[in-house]
Amino acid sequence: MSRFIVFLLPLAVIAGFWLLSRQESKLAHDPTHKSFFQRNGAVLGIVFIALVTFWMLFLVVMPYLYMVQESFHPRLPPMKRGGPEDFLTIQQYKSFFVEPSSGNWNTLHLRAFFFSILTSVFVTAVNFAICYPLAYYMAQAGTIQKVRLLMLCLIVPYWVNEILRAFSLRLLLASKGLINQTLMGIGIIDTPIDFLGTNMGLYVGLSYAYLLIMVFPLYNAIESLDKNQIEAARDLGAPWWKIHRDVVIPYAKPGIASGCTMVFMLSAGSLAAPQFLGGPSTLWFTSIVYDFFFQAFNWPRGAAYAFILLTACIIFVLAILKLFKVSLGETIR
Amino acid sequence: MSSRLVMRGMIAFYIFLFFAYLFGPLVVMSITAFNTPSYPQAYPFEAFTLNWFVRLWNHRSMMDGIKNSVIIGLGVVAISVPVGLAAAIMMGQIYHRARSMFYLVTVSPVLTPGVIIGISTVIFWKDVMGVTDFTKAYFYKGIILAVFGQASFVAAYCLLIIMARLQRFDRSQEEAALDLGASFPQVFWHILVPFLKPALISASVIAFLSSFENYNTTTFAILADKTLVTVLAGEVRQGTTPALSALAVVIIGLSLVGAIFYEVAKRREEAAAERIQERARLAERGEITGAKTGLA
Amino acid sequence: MSSGVELDHITVKFGNFTAVKDATLDIKSGEFFSFLGPSGCGKTTILRTVSGFLDPSSGVVRIGGEDMAGIGPNKRPTALIFQNLALFPLMTVSENITYGLRVRGADKAARMKRADELLELIALPDQGKKLVSELSGGQKQRVAIARALAVEPKVLLLDEPLSALDLKLRQHMRNELREIQKRVGITFIYITHDQGEALTMSDRVAVMSDGEILQISDGKTIYDSPATSFVASFVGENNPMPGTITKAGKTGAVLKTAFGELRGANPHGLKVGDKAILFVRPESISLGKGAADATITSQILNVAFEGNVSHIFMKGAGKKELSVTVGRHGGAEIPAKGAKAAVSYDPGYAVVLPEGKMARE
Repeated sequence: MSRFIVFLLPLAVIAGFWLLSRQESKLAHDPTHKSFFQRNGAVLGIVFIALVTFWMLFLVVMPYLYMVQESFHPRLPPMKRGGPEDFLTIQQYKSFFVEPSSGNWNTLHLRAFFFSILTSVFVTAVNFAICYPLAYYMAQAGTIQKVRLLMLCLIVPYWVNEILRAFSLRLLLASKGLINQTLMGIGIIDTPIDFLGTNMGLYVGLSYAYLLIMVFPLYNAIESLDKNQIEAARDLGAPWWKIHRDVVIPYAKPGIASGCTMVFMLSAGSLAAPQFLGGPSTLWFTSIVYDFFFQAFNWPRGAAYAFILLTACIIFVLAILKLFKVSLGETIR
Repeated sequence: MSSRLVMRGMIAFYIFLFFAYLFGPLVVMSITAFNTPSYPQAYPFEAFTLNWFVRLWNHRSMMDGIKNSVIIGLGVVAISVPVGLAAAIMMGQIYHRARSMFYLVTVSPVLTPGVIIGISTVIFWKDVMGVTDFTKAYFYKGIILAVFGQASFVAAYCLLIIMARLQRFDRSQEEAALDLGASFPQVFWHILVPFLKPALISASVIAFLSSFENYNTTTFAILADKTLVTVLAGEVRQGTTPALSALAVVIIGLSLVGAIFYEVAKRREEAAAERIQERARLAERGEITGAKTGLA
Repeated sequence: MSSGVELDHITVKFGNFTAVKDATLDIKSGEFFSFLGPSGCGKTTILRTVSGFLDPSSGVVRIGGEDMAGIGPNKRPTALIFQNLALFPLMTVSENITYGLRVRGADKAARMKRADELLELIALPDQGKKLVSELSGGQKQRVAIARALAVEPKVLLLDEPLSALDLKLRQHMRNELREIQKRVGITFIYITHDQGEALTMSDRVAVMSDGEILQISDGKTIYDSPATSFVASFVGENNPMPGTITKAGKTGAVLKTAFGELRGANPHGLKVGDKAILFVRPESISLGKGAADATITSQILNVAFEGNVSHIFMKGAGKKELSVTVGRHGGAEIPAKGAKAAVSYDPGYAVVLPEGKMARE
């Protein structure tokens, strides 16, 4: 079976690494330089490489490649796999644009795709607006005790998992939920507002889920800014909004990029909020992918859609980073 | 002056709003856990009950889910902490030019949507485990796949946590140990691992918690098995019951206890560090006055 | 058992940069040997080459006559005391001291015994249970020494170990180090940029600059008879007076300088017409006339009173300045600023050296 070859890959990587390291120590002109095996000893060196190789190959790279490979196959029952009907095809990708049964534009999925991306952008912007003042306050104005308390208050709610948090929002936003009860009780409205059906629940749920993800990178970035710089700007008579525009935000750019990237990616790939807070007509792209796997049992098409989502996200993030002139390395820290 | 007061008031109001947003839903949910109606309802509060906690305790699949979640969590810790450690050490040692590439590949799982990690894990391992009937029967299992899927990105978290501490490691410690005759493995176990211990502990905690809470990846990788989160998702999809609120109350309670413990431990540690510094200061003072009590 | 250290044509290159150029020297067993030079002169590189953290690009390091090529730092009979001491912060004082024994597989009882002995040696008895962070700077210093001595090295290497201490403690620790060295009787190789440390403690000193060893000698010789202009200007205060040689003989040479024609010893045998520099130490100059070719008569620009001594700055031709240090006990009245005065020196303590690199330029 050719699949056994997969298991030989780590050995090949270790052997390759070994040879490289031998070669390196021969070529090295720098007397301070020690090769990897010299620095860690042979046993630990091999263990380290084996662990990292296992991770990289079996948990990251190979699964991705398999998924991509799967997406170029037609949908077949398991028996026919590898048979004459199994060939490489781009029909799964085509089906994203053109509905195979009718030949019309696949407006349903295209709309879901753009809706997901745009909503994620919107949620990212809203979260930035909500979190920036808090992060700034914590980083620059708060005392140490206050900051520690605030941190704790920020983290504790996130030990409650995503599903329960979505559930808690549903209790508030449902037609029989507390908000509608209150509004009706006061007499502002007399029929309940359908928060969930109008996607309001989805927006709130996404924003709520990723608040923390935005606060921390912002806080870390602003915290290292020298307070004197702000003082200096204030002394020069800059109004507060100019201080933020010209001093704080340019300085915190890597943190902003980091927070925005993370929130965008998580939101675009989220599953819980659209499933539990979306209305019946909400079509979220990851939900569609989910349905291909669990309801239509069309793995190749699901894989193709997943790959489309991944590519779109990567392109989008790279574009944003380029726009802000921040490198990816600065983003993840 | 008054404008500053207005500003202060606005900041306080904003922080109040922020935390109201953060805690409000959880508080409301917690109230419903103690209210009698079977539709989770905070108002009107009809009567106090602990019935929903009993219901939770007797919820068979949820308890099974918790058991699986713990097993998976431990599995993820067992894989991702060593992997993160190894990767962090390699990161510091590999060739400069290769470093950014290595970094990019290792942290890419952090940025990949969890759904995609779940899907790719299932597709890959289904194929690989399908090699023999034996592996298919014993290893193509939801729990194992969930561990692999989660470990793929949790290891990257661990890498980032451990790397941050490793960057503060003083290389001369390593050289001192070598110079005293230690072998490389001895340096690793005697010097480096104790230094990294705080990072390893926090990496383990983070790894366990992110595994325990994960939904996106797990829902694909878990196959026919169940974790707490997937059971919850099923429950929420079917409808709503205050038993879920009860579970949230339990989790919040545990979190608070954990947070308090952490805070107390941290305070104690700081106090101990303070004492040690004080002693060093005293020793320093003694040295200036009594330098001649030394050797010469 | 010999524990001498031989460097045989050692060259260390980092890429295009040569940190040590062709160093050859022989450190005797039981000697206190110092490398003295400004930062970046290659002295630390030599130390790391001896300890085995660096491999020389060419040349051989021998310890006790044995070639050390291919032997790692953990297998060499050397122990290094790091500039930042590199004590293990998570271990107690005793654990630090006996770490070398632990990795050699010594049992606990033996380790405890050795720890007690060494704590006694460094005058920190009963402090073994403390954490390193509870100690003062000087105590940490001694623990680092004890930790290195615990493995009974043949050679102890010290990389500016006193630089983190304050002045008073530093002077105290000099004596203590010397004392310990006499007691344990092993070879000490000491790296420093502080000439006071090098001259007070060492049997011999090697002065280095730009990767080259300029002079190897005992402290007194280095101070009194520097071999190059760099050594003369780096070690101690000196008055450099460049000029051209007008008379040269076996006993000395006369140089035409900005302060007149002056005489000094001529160890390099320079000839008439050579460009050279006359070095006269400020403290060997005294007020009053002496021999004609060892007397400078000039205007006093400034007088700086410094308690036990006074510095007199005298004007020479061009913008040259001469600094003369006069002790208080000399009794002679120090002339006022602006007055004309004559000073003279003993030509036996002045030296004429070929033009070359100077320190602090």
